Amino acid sequence: MASRDLAHLSDEALVALIARSEETALAELYDRYGRTAYGLARRILRDEALAEDAVQEAFLAVWRSAAHFVPERGKASTWVLTLAHRRAVDLVRREDRRRTEPLGEAMDSTTETGADDSVWLRYERERVQKALKQLPDQQREALELAYYGGFTQAELAERLGQPIGTIKSRMFAGLGRLRELLGDPQTEDRTPWTANPYTT
Amino acid sequence: MDSESLHDLTAAYALQALDSAEERAYVEHLARCERCRLELAELSEAATALAYAVEAPDPPPALRERILAQARAERENVVPLRPRWAAPVAAAAAVAAAAAIGIGIWASSLSSRLDRTEAQQERTERVASILSTDDLASRRFTFDGGHGKLAVTPGGEAVLILNGLERTSSDRVYEAWVAEDGKPRPAGLFNGGKKVTAFPLELSVPDGAAVMVTEEKAGGTQVPSSAPLFRVQT
Repeated sequence: MASRDLAHLSDEALVALIARSEETALAELYDRYGRTAYGLARRILRDEALAEDAVQEAFLAVWRSAAHFVPERGKASTWVLTLAHRRAVDLVRREDRRRTEPLGEAMDSTTETGADDSVWLRYERERVQKALKQLPDQQREALELAYYGGFTQAELAERLGQPIGTIKSRMFAGLGRLRELLGDPQTEDRTPWTANPYTT
Repeated sequence: MDSESLHDLTAAYALQALDSAEERAYVEHLARCERCRLELAELSEAATALAYAVEAPDPPPALRERILAQARAERENVVPLRPRWAAPVAAAAAVAAAAAIGIGIWASSLSSRLDRTEAQQERTERVASILSTDDLASRRFTFDGGHGKLAVTPGGEAVLILNGLERTSSDRVYEAWVAEDGKPRPAGLFNGGKKVTAFPLELSVPDGAAVMVTEEKAGGTQVPSSAPLFRVQT
């Protein structure tokens, strides 16, 4: 089966095929999320070789455990990107590559962008960035340091000089608000894009 | 850590901002708390949205090739099961057991809690092999203090997954039974006491049979001597 023959399948259907050791389905899932996973890992690890390791481990974890993915518990894309995030955070903690200065957009501004960006990824990026900008600064800071920085809540509390309860509240409120701002993925706003989201 | 403060960890867990001890406590809590599972599903989607906010350059093409080559190599080596593959299989079994009781995709950290003894390893492998069978039939049930699931392959091999089963005292043991036409036959002994006990039955479970567990004196018996903790009809 050629990988592109699978292009019309849902992510969840791909995971079901991966559970049957269908390698082309893994290739298709990688083509959908490998790039986002790599961008995320690179942001967290600030090192291209380590980012590749994280992405490789994440997709191999998908390959090994696809049979145990439970669609009722969440989307396949969330699962895949959670695995990638997990591997990157594990690596950044092990290597202790976390920076002590504030995390900025430094990495992003040096990134080549544009021409080969898929329409959908660009749309999605702008949508999430816009939502992030609407969060109160302290909530955004807590989310960014935790998710991109790989800091634990206790480390965040120490670093920001706040009680841990405050950090927990900021993370909880920030994620809840972000969820509201991004809205239900099934809303009409997304419909034109989800119909064929992988067209570049 | 009390239950209230464990509820509070959902956002941090979704962001993977817990240290390993907090994370273990939370994952165990998750197995028992439907409210947190629902909340986690929502907050995880929101956390994952952050992945899309990052500029994403194309990864090197060699990365795709490496992943696919490694996947291919693993598939060729994994079947049939060999002892040297026991460790990854054991990890898969932990994930499978967790998935089976509904913790689903959030349970990969459970694999670190695997028992490493050899007998346990064999049992774990057997659990993994049964749970990875196609067309598993499964039944959920509850018992005093916990809940569980019975998974049966089309060939009748079965695993009991018990969540919250207390450990027996040292002179007692849990005994599993497979009952056909009302006649229970012994199907293995175990101790419980873990958050999740996954036990492969030593007898096959034919269609229409019932599976039960009783508490017995150490060493087990040939006929159940007490009322079952639960009885699952297939």
